[in-house]
Amino acid sequence: FSFFNISPVQWLVQVGASAGKALPQRVKIVEVGPRDGLQNEKTLVPTEVKIHLIDMLSEAGLPVIEATSFVSPEWVPQMADQVEVMKGINRRPGVSYPVLTPNLKGFQAAVKAGAAEVAIFGAASELFSKKNINCSVDESLQRFEEVTKAAKEAGVRVRGYVSCVLGCPYEGQVSPDKVAQVAKRLYSMGCYEISLGDTIGVGTPGGMAELLEAVSREVPVDALAVHCHDTYGQALANILIALQMGISVVDSSVAGLGGCPYAQGASGNVATEDVVYMLHGLGIQTGVDLPKLMDAGAFICRSLNRKTSSKVAQATCKL
Amino acid sequence: MGNVPTSVKHCLSYEQLIQDYPWLGSRLQEEKEMVPTRVKIQLINMLSETGLPVIEATSFVSLKWVPQMADHTEVLQAIHRSSHARYPVLTPNMHGFQDAVAAGATEVAVFGSASETFSQKNIYCSIDASMLRFEEVICTAKQQQIPVRGYVSCALGCPYEGPIEPTKVAEVVKRLYELGCYEVSLGDTIGVGTPGSMAKMLHYVMEEVPSSALAVHCHDTYGQALANILTALQMGICAVDSSVAGLGGCPYAQGSSGNVSTEDVLYMLHGMGIKTGVDLSKVIEAGDFICKALNRKTNSKVAQARSKSS
Repeated sequence: FSFFNISPVQWLVQVGASAGKALPQRVKIVEVGPRDGLQNEKTLVPTEVKIHLIDMLSEAGLPVIEATSFVSPEWVPQMADQVEVMKGINRRPGVSYPVLTPNLKGFQAAVKAGAAEVAIFGAASELFSKKNINCSVDESLQRFEEVTKAAKEAGVRVRGYVSCVLGCPYEGQVSPDKVAQVAKRLYSMGCYEISLGDTIGVGTPGGMAELLEAVSREVPVDALAVHCHDTYGQALANILIALQMGISVVDSSVAGLGGCPYAQGASGNVATEDVVYMLHGLGIQTGVDLPKLMDAGAFICRSLNRKTSSKVAQATCKL
Repeated sequence: MGNVPTSVKHCLSYEQLIQDYPWLGSRLQEEKEMVPTRVKIQLINMLSETGLPVIEATSFVSLKWVPQMADHTEVLQAIHRSSHARYPVLTPNMHGFQDAVAAGATEVAVFGSASETFSQKNIYCSIDASMLRFEEVICTAKQQQIPVRGYVSCALGCPYEGPIEPTKVAEVVKRLYELGCYEVSLGDTIGVGTPGSMAKMLHYVMEEVPSSALAVHCHDTYGQALANILTALQMGICAVDSSVAGLGGCPYAQGSSGNVSTEDVLYMLHGMGIKTGVDLSKVIEAGDFICKALNRKTNSKVAQARSKSS
């Protein structure tokens, strides 16, 4: 760890010292449970349950709720009811409901179904890109350029994701500069925000800071978000460091839905409840009503017949 | 920010087969059944092999209150003490202290509270009265050159009183330090703390006691432990309490987690390049062992991830 040429703890203290003045007053939470979360849950969820979940999340005050995915239902059967979900949800004014669109075809279907915002997923690892979407990073970016062009014309906002930012299940270590390059391209092609995903949850605060330093040289920090996985229990610590470095957008999943596909049975997404608890404890506003959020979490866990992965939810309901 | 440590001086790990507080002996715990003495001994021996510098071995409280610790003398005498580690034991009063010394203890620990109500409910006396009790222990320990570690519970919140004033925490910490505790561990007993409240509390405490004499003992009941520990490190704290496999639930929220897992703490510290002298894979092994022996799942995410990676 040769970040500042000082010891890791010295560096940590420095970041912490300046953080007191620099923590954002408000953080935007991007709720990915209905898409990223459910997509990675084995149990197929009925359409009305998905719709009700999204409606409950809207009521809980979340400003962005990733609703569904316009990928081929062959690949992701969980998202086969994409059109029905889009049409069935109760859209709260002021709330965004982005949907995943892997290519132009998906984009067109999404817009037809009423999507006003879409998301595209790049990777910082060549191997991951090949194994995941069967093409190189460059090829995928070309594909996405078609989407962003069409989106611009249609007046639709595009959010970009970069996966494997702190490690890849195939390549191992990933260079922050590579992540920065991919983020830069997504930003230049018109993505209004780039979410940096620690796909296998291996990142720790030092790596997160190093990553953000590199990426924020290419993309303004206001346009960056972090999407931390809690597979190794590091998510909240990583999010905290990200906040200290100026990040004010955090992705999370209600009840911590969505396991890690690379470590079966291990956890994946960080739980929105736990993130909100931390943010509120720091005096940071989110607009989220935690009890209502917990109700949404309880609802979806009952429907999935699974225990919540949120520690806040586990603690509170038993006191 | 005062002295900046170049590494975390030590990472304290303690075996917790039952909650710290004597009155909870009869309370819930997933590990309700008595753990055989040989299992405890083996666990401690395995932990000694990992490089952990401090391992809380047992508790010299009355057997009535904490039957789980009835074998304290046997455990202390049977463990293989590494020359690189210390093995403090809990001693709530003179009686316990004397028994501990007779059994060969070379370091002891006393447990105070920042909350009056918690103190009353836990050890049936006020904070003031408990301090008198501890003073006796600490004075005697000093004479025998036995170091004493202090703990302050409810540092970030109390199950009865709710939020606790940081100034009150600072007062209690200061008293224990001035009585002679070489280090005071600040316990977030119900895990309600967040980086916000942790930073505030440490700010007040560090005005009274140097950071080199402080440690944090974070519970993960609300998932905040690692973020809280990170905050503490940023403020200059370099001693962290944790429990292998995250043993020890939260007695105030049945089924919820309590102690933060040593494995998860180590993963974070090592990931940041901070030295601890501890071998993570050996800690994971120790965690596997005790979980098998207790027939329960680990609370450590690192252990879960490692065992399930494809």
